[in-house]
Parts: sequence; C-alpha cells; structure tokens
Amino acid sequence: MMAAIILVCSVVLFLQFFVFYCRSLIAASSRQALSAEVKDVTGIQRTARGEDFQRVMQLLQLCPERPEDRNGIQAVGVYFRLLNLLKSTVARMAPSMQVWTESERGQCAYFAAVALERRISFSRDMLSQQMDA
Amino acid sequence: MVVCALKQRAFRRYLPLNLWMLMELLSGISRFYVLYTYGLKSSAYAYTYYYTDALTTIGLYFVLASLYSRVLDELKMEYYVRMAAILLLSGTAVVSYLVVRQSSHLLVTRFAYELHQNLYFVGLVLTYLLWGVMLKLRESRTRVVQFVLSLGLLFSMFAANYALRNLYPNVSWLWNSLPPLFDCFLPLAWCYTFLKIPEEARLMPARLAEASR
Repeated sequence: MMAAIILVCSVVLFLQFFVFYCRSLIAASSRQALSAEVKDVTGIQRTARGEDFQRVMQLLQLCPERPEDRNGIQAVGVYFRLLNLLKSTVARMAPSMQVWTESERGQCAYFAAVALERRISFSRDMLSQQMDA
Repeated sequence: MVVCALKQRAFRRYLPLNLWMLMELLSGISRFYVLYTYGLKSSAYAYTYYYTDALTTIGLYFVLASLYSRVLDELKMEYYVRMAAILLLSGTAVVSYLVVRQSSHLLVTRFAYELHQNLYFVGLVLTYLLWGVMLKLRESRTRVVQFVLSLGLLFSMFAANYALRNLYPNVSWLWNSLPPLFDCFLPLAWCYTFLKIPEEARLMPARLAEASR
C-alpha cells in the first residue's frame, strides 16, 4: 500500500518536473535569434509550427553530435511526443488546450532549430580548426 | 560537469554541486577498485556499494539544502535551513533503522538500502516544496531553476524505481538495471546548464507553471 502511494506521488511529481524542466530548456533558447541560413534550411521564418519539428530533427541528425546537447534534445523530443499525445486525446475536447499544445509544439520546433544552429557553428569551428592544423 | 563549471568560472559559486560531483567520482573509483580487487560476489563489494551509495545520497541531500539556502538567501534563513536539514536527515536515519532492526543478519546493508530509499522520497518532497517556494518568491535565476528541476526529476525517478521494486520484486533485474541510467542524467543536465545558460540569464518560474496547468 505504502509503495503504491509512493509510486503514484513519484510519477505525478516526475511528470510535473519533466514538463517544467522541458519548458525551462525551451524558454532559455526562445530568445536566441536564428540566422538567415538556418531559417532558409528549416523553413522557419518568424514563428515555428509543430509540423516543423520532425524536419528540423532530421536535419539535426545530419550534423555531428555534441554530447552536451544530447540530453536537452532528447528531453524535448519526449516532451514533443507527450504534447502530440495530448493533442490527439484531451485537446480534442478542449479548444484552449488545442491552442496551448500547438504553441508548445511550435516552441519545441524552435528549440530544435536553435540546437541546429549551434551544431552547424560547432561543425564550422571543427572544420576551421582542421584547416588550421 | 566539474570541468564545465571550471570552464564557466562557476566552481566556487556552485561549490556544493561540484563537491557532490567529485564525491560521485570518488565513490565510483572506490567501487571499481573494490570490484577489481575482491570481485562482484564479495561482501567487501556489497558493503562498499551500499555505503558509497548512501553517502552520495546524503551528499545530494545537502546539495538540495544548499539550493534552499540560495533561494532563501535574502530572508537570511541559512541557519534554520541547515538545522532543518540535519534534523530531517537524522529523523530519516532513525526511521530507516527502526524499519530494519528486526533483520539482524543483514542489518548493515539493509539499513544503507532503507536509508537510501527513504532519502530519495524525502528529497523528492523537499524538492517539490522548494519549487513551490521558488514560485512564491519569484526566483528567476535560470541556472537555479534548472538545477532544482533536474534534481526533482532525479529524485522522482529513483523514488518511483524503489516503489516499483517493492511492488514487483520478481522483476528486480529490471529495477536494478535502471539506476545507472538515472545516474547519468544529473551530470549531463547540470553540464548543459553550466555550458548553455549564462549566470545572468533570468526566467520567471511562474511562466513555466502557468500554461501547463
């Protein structure tokens, strides 16, 4: 009985912390402006949409991975799937929820675009270091 | 993570977090040494494993207390936070001892296991309270927000894992294989925070909580 109560509390608190943590990651990158180059590649001009996320993730996978980015990108990827689940279930019944999930999905796509920007500049730095050597 | 903190010149500013990470490193090295010298099935390894684990969890508990002090900095409550932390830790240790005192043959390792398990749940509750305090006091330092949230995630993962282990002991191989994965989370999350979030970055925690309700 006690273990079941602890499990329920832990899962509920885990979900809350997870959502807040992902939103803090997204909020931290939302102020960063995208370069014209990344805007062209991703097709994100002013605001990102949820539909952009998969495409940006595919582009991200083409770039050399950075270990310090991996954790955040994976967490936001899981958060995006959670939002998709909400969108296709609960949000169908509540229009305000629909608007919120769509805006959050767009922010996830923007986060991925910022990560892409970082990876591109990281690759450039690596290339220039190799050229110098 | 310590290298990232040194690189960002934040080692002393977040001293408890960095010391805890060094403690984790030392415990890992000592476990490896004992494993290499005495073998996996030896009692020396079992004692080292459970005790280093309990010690690092106590260390994490003091990291949480340091985050409390940081958030309540302006209220000058450092002394009370320290006293409350010591009292709560002693209380958890006493409760853990009372739970395991019947099983005399494995008392030492059972105590370490029980203490470890209880500290994770107490840690989870305290982290949630800290998050509530942060919302109330409008704590806006992004680094502190991310440190607290990632700590909450770690405590909740471990607390859920222990609860599942007690509920379904027949699949203990599964619950035993998860903690090493959970252990990777905190260094990576804190490393990300040190590298990507500047010290002066600000974020309103209320904004994170508002829309998701």
